[in-house]
Amino acid sequence: MWSYQAIERLGFAMRLFWDSFYWLIIGRRYKQRVRLAQVIEQVRVNGFDALPIVMALSFVVGMMLSIQLLYALSDFGAESQVLLAIAKSVTREFSPLITGVIVAGRSGAAIAARIGSQVVSQEIDALKVIGIVPVRYLVLPPLLGLMISMPLLIICADVMAIFGGALFSVQKLDMSISAYMLESFNVLVVGDVLQGLIKSVVFGIIIVLVGATTGFYVTGGAEGVGKATTSAVVISISFIVLADMIASYFLTQ
Amino acid sequence: MKKDLEQQDTVIEVNQLVTHYGQRKILDGVDLNIKRGEIRVIMGGSGSGKSTLLWHILGLYQPTKGRIHLLGQDIHEISFNDMLKLKQDIGVSFQSGALFSSMSVGENVALPLREFTDLDENTIRIISRMKLEVVNLGGFHKLMPSQLSGGMIKRAALARSIVMDPKLLFFDEPSAGLDPVVASEIDDLILSLRDTMGMSMVVVTHELDSAFKIADKITVLDNGKNLLTGTVEEIKASTNKRVMDLLQRRSRHDKLDPADYLKRLTQENYTLS
Repeated sequence: MWSYQAIERLGFAMRLFWDSFYWLIIGRRYKQRVRLAQVIEQVRVNGFDALPIVMALSFVVGMMLSIQLLYALSDFGAESQVLLAIAKSVTREFSPLITGVIVAGRSGAAIAARIGSQVVSQEIDALKVIGIVPVRYLVLPPLLGLMISMPLLIICADVMAIFGGALFSVQKLDMSISAYMLESFNVLVVGDVLQGLIKSVVFGIIIVLVGATTGFYVTGGAEGVGKATTSAVVISISFIVLADMIASYFLTQ
Repeated sequence: MKKDLEQQDTVIEVNQLVTHYGQRKILDGVDLNIKRGEIRVIMGGSGSGKSTLLWHILGLYQPTKGRIHLLGQDIHEISFNDMLKLKQDIGVSFQSGALFSSMSVGENVALPLREFTDLDENTIRIISRMKLEVVNLGGFHKLMPSQLSGGMIKRAALARSIVMDPKLLFFDEPSAGLDPVVASEIDDLILSLRDTMGMSMVVVTHELDSAFKIADKITVLDNGKNLLTGTVEEIKASTNKRVMDLLQRRSRHDKLDPADYLKRLTQENYTLS
């Protein structure tokens, strides 16, 4: 029973993804336009508003990595490699993962709660009878919003994490912060940054699809909305970690 | 108005509608024929299938069997584009109002105009305010749905449902949960909309006073079956036991023999009565 439901919801999420781009492409022909203002609003809510927490936590993660790596590398007298290790691990792995988890907690939960409460209060039915396709109106704007804002968040997270690493490492490495930052950017290749950006787009898609799917499947009033919100966060993070592993494997081949 | 109804063309036609939830049959061969300009009230006790019938007519649910024609078009056969055009001729007022909680009352009413017309913002604002005036909510456009009373929510939902000047208007329990004065105001609004705009209406309700006040014809549903269709006078004069129970607000279990009741509760294949 459980596996049947899981497969059904996976299929529903795939359908949402397909329908979103279907309406993006042909929506105008059927008076189902995607409004730019709605997408910009989603970029603001899911991207810009998440910036302070993403930057703060990335800074802390960068510093934590620096502490651990300096300790581990000192056994081999390779403290100088901490700069390379932080720059690569942050851009390829930690920034997208930390940002994905934060955005899943903020936006994934919000999307599930919003759609779930709209299901309960018949707002989805109201959209349908007015003639508005719910996927186009409720799913596509946050989907595009996160596909745009996630890479921008990642770039900020990368810079902050490297800066956090720099703040702890410069004394041990006898470097200035500006020299550390500059050297970090020099050791990075386009592929490193690109890997993080690709992952961030995938994570953004996962967050919206999981949030929307759990929202559309809400039953049982306010309690159901609460359960859907929790499920959306847990399932999003699980899929993000899984997708991260798969993406890491293919992008490092 | 009522004298002319039989000569009017049919705007809603439901033929032999059957639907199930799982194994349970909810609608069992329901027929409906509603003329232009008619107010048809669909009555019945809780679980009689009246709301389900409404959702099927609106195309929100797929029936197991049967056909539904709205304004001459089979809603299960027409293309998406035609269905979209058809929906602009339909207004629905939900039991809960179903106003979009993130939008103000004015934005709720303006939504269909913004989505489906090329009108400029000024015109949209004026039309929305006019519709709010029609339902006696002039000046309330800036309030959020959470700031409205139950009766105001129903009226705001009604304003949204008529903003595109639909030909068909559907109400799900328009006066449920309202005090008698506000319920009577909603009834008056329904009548005035029919008289001024010539809309055909389907009203699902179990409020007898409201039904008798507004209906041209009443269809009584019982256990998913069309029990009786007739004018208010015909319904009142009916000798059908279930109709009489409904009119006299008598439970179907009132006269159940205690021994039969106990037998039903203890039988092996116990099902919903």
